[in-house]
Amino acid sequence: MNAISVLILFPLLASIIIFLVRKDNLRNIIIRVCAIITAALTLIVVFLYFNGGIFYSYQNEEIINLLIAVVEVVIAVYVILAGLKNKKYLVSIFAAIQTPLMLWFEFTQKHGIEVQKDIIFDKLSAIMVLIIGVIGSLICVYAVGYMKSYHFHHEKYKDRKNFFFAVIFLFLSAMFGLVLSNNLMWIYFCWELTTFCSFLLIGYTKTKEAVNNSFHALVINLGGGLAFAVAIVLIGMNYKTLELSTLTSMKPEAMVLVPVFLLSIAALTKSAQLPFSSWLLGAMVAPTPSSALLHSATMVKAGVYLIIRLAPLLGNSSVGKIITLAGGISFLACSLMAISQSDGKKILAYSTLANLGLIIICASVGTQESLWAAILLVIFHSISKSLLFISVGSIEHQLGSRNVEDMDILMNVSRRLSLYMMIGIAGMFLAPFGMLISKWVAMKAFIDSKNILIVIILAYGSSATLFYWAKWMGKLVSNANAKGHIRHSFRLDEEIPIFILAVLVGVSCFGFPLISKYALVPYLYDLFGQKTLIPIGTSDVKIMLYMLSMLILLPISFIPIHKNDKRRLAPIYMGGGNTGSNKSFHGSIGVTRKVELRNWYMEGYFGVKKLTFWSNILVIGILGVGIVLLVGGLAG
Amino acid sequence: MKILIIIGIIILAPLVGGLLTGIDRVISARMQGRQGPPLLQPFYDVLKLTQKESMEVNTMHRFFVYISLIFAIFSTVIMVSGGDLLLAIFALTLGSIFFVLGGYASNSPYSMIGSERELLQIMAYEPMVLLTGIGLYYADNSFFVKDMIATTTPAIVYLPGIFLGLVFILAFKLRKSPFDLSMSHHGHQEIVKGITTEYSGRDLAVIEVTHWYEVIISLTLVYVFFATITPLSRILAVVACLFVYFFEIVIDNASARVKWQHALNSAWIVTGIFGSINLVLLSFFR
Repeated sequence: MNAISVLILFPLLASIIIFLVRKDNLRNIIIRVCAIITAALTLIVVFLYFNGGIFYSYQNEEIINLLIAVVEVVIAVYVILAGLKNKKYLVSIFAAIQTPLMLWFEFTQKHGIEVQKDIIFDKLSAIMVLIIGVIGSLICVYAVGYMKSYHFHHEKYKDRKNFFFAVIFLFLSAMFGLVLSNNLMWIYFCWELTTFCSFLLIGYTKTKEAVNNSFHALVINLGGGLAFAVAIVLIGMNYKTLELSTLTSMKPEAMVLVPVFLLSIAALTKSAQLPFSSWLLGAMVAPTPSSALLHSATMVKAGVYLIIRLAPLLGNSSVGKIITLAGGISFLACSLMAISQSDGKKILAYSTLANLGLIIICASVGTQESLWAAILLVIFHSISKSLLFISVGSIEHQLGSRNVEDMDILMNVSRRLSLYMMIGIAGMFLAPFGMLISKWVAMKAFIDSKNILIVIILAYGSSATLFYWAKWMGKLVSNANAKGHIRHSFRLDEEIPIFILAVLVGVSCFGFPLISKYALVPYLYDLFGQKTLIPIGTSDVKIMLYMLSMLILLPISFIPIHKNDKRRLAPIYMGGGNTGSNKSFHGSIGVTRKVELRNWYMEGYFGVKKLTFWSNILVIGILGVGIVLLVGGLAG
Repeated sequence: MKILIIIGIIILAPLVGGLLTGIDRVISARMQGRQGPPLLQPFYDVLKLTQKESMEVNTMHRFFVYISLIFAIFSTVIMVSGGDLLLAIFALTLGSIFFVLGGYASNSPYSMIGSERELLQIMAYEPMVLLTGIGLYYADNSFFVKDMIATTTPAIVYLPGIFLGLVFILAFKLRKSPFDLSMSHHGHQEIVKGITTEYSGRDLAVIEVTHWYEVIISLTLVYVFFATITPLSRILAVVACLFVYFFEIVIDNASARVKWQHALNSAWIVTGIFGSINLVLLSFFR
């Protein structure tokens, strides 16, 4: 048993133990220990195999396959019954088609197909494993504190914390399996397992809304799973292989592109791109740690991970063009729609959709530069977004609301929390931070590969992104000088992971030249067989690092000045009507009115209904063109 | 040597920017049939402001305008010293965002509306600014200003559409009518002075100086379209900058402020038509 098997199996073991322990305090300790061990195992695996990489297969593969088949059947039966019980028949139908299909393939068609590399660990898997292991364990630790407060604030929900944490660890195990496997059957199994975990977590509170949304997520992801299953059968029967690495080294001819298109559809459902995006918005009813882990940092990244793997086949093919366009429309539409949202988690969800769209564009364009940008986007997005999600989770407990409009008093409640929040937001769109570096390279890559339409989409989408993040930041600073401090308690369990993630945002920005040199460039060299350089010039990297240092140092240098400064404080100008407190003014007919300041949402322009409708139609049309091309055998 | 150039840029840019603002005020006055202030009035204003007592509504909001100034300087230095155009644009955007946050931090109704409008303006002009950078990269195969002005054919030959789009959105950048929604140089505005409402004394002087730097940045963008390796073209490029500046002054005096809907629509549509068609054609022929 080597370190990689341990890494995959340990969270599974942890999940079972956590499920069985009923005592809260004991379980919390076990969860923390297991999270730390998972993180340590991650680092050990990466340390051992990072430089050389490794691939191997298991001797007793048959037994593993049989076990997988049994678990698949059990889950399928559960899903079919749950679907029938809740009158969600489509769920049952999807499950009833794909599992027998896979079993039929497994036991009648698969003979003679030998898998030589069950597991492949290369630089890309290393990056994914690091994201899952480190961010995953941080969020587990955070969730311990969060779930305590959660059940304190929501007494009406049944306390099923052991179930919650068991599913989270099960998910980590599945996710490790997904990014480490090269055997398509195993990837498919882990893929379905993550879908199932997501379904269980969305339905955690068992309210009517939660159950409905969980089934909605399940049905869309099972639809994607069905596409995945059909793709495997096609690949297995036509090419007698079940290895992802063999598939990606084939020539992009029409027959290969059919399963590639199906796999891309599966990826689009998992990454919640238009027209499949609705499930991710519904998934926001889940407790925040699961939104942070599954619905922004890791699970939805499985979709883009698959596209990044398939990039060599997508690059110059018509399927690639179609996926690029679909991602582009998702990016633009979701960036625009985020403007009209005021619920913090909804904004984060739309921004996640948009960024996943951007990663999909980068990956499916498939040049060296664009893949460089795609992988870097995955890293930066995971860190910044999980920081934002868990900060919003804590803010919700402090303020009793996660509406952006209510966050203007956050400075009075917790200065640190607002600072973390600002770091996260800055990480998402401001200049020297990670997302913008990647966007910059992405833009360069699109120009060099002559994707003018995508360049234009990126220009508009980025401007919209700027608008909704800046107005959120504005709310956070609007009480910068607040004096009255409201008492609050901020659990250490919550603060430590938030703090570490905030530090990681900075570290990853300073360290991106190193990430590029030691991970991205070697990976792309292996993939393309030709030397690549970091796409940003050294002089620019230096300037960026200066800017970052300035942003960190400037606030520090400013603090002592205003302490001994003799400036006169004046009341805010309100057309002469300020009552003197800055909080109210003399209205007409002598009434004193409270000052309320609100952000712009521009519903008429960026309303969700209209935009979703039209962009869905557009994407469906584009995907339809793809199907026509493939059926007609015109693709290639 | 390099440091001397940088210091030179930091000192000279606001002097030229201030002078241009002075010329602007004289020309505007003549257009309105007034005598107008002396040419150096902007400098007198700033000097006077620095000597005034600073009043503020809280101790934090001036922090943002200082950072905004620093990034405007940063951006000017990158651009004028021949650095990466996109990086300069990003630094400038960072500065603008800090200026907007300053408006929020004042927590005053007029500043807040000013901030919202300013953000809307940024959203309106940003696509065209990005497309300008991209178009110049297409024409000259480099993002570096020093390479762009070292070619033999001026970029304007390839990018007439993008140039028109740029001239259109420069009205936002230079805070000219019809797109001076968030803050106008003229006293008559429905939201008092927008973001600057709560700033006074030295802080207001800083905002004024920041604007001088921004004038230089805007005109450098115009300059890049005309300048090539020959000295004559460089003179021509300066003349083009002055002409564009004069044109914006004329538009400023000849048009009324529009609603935000109109500002956003027109900027995005102009970007979509001039910018996109130019880029598509260029990529088709090159």
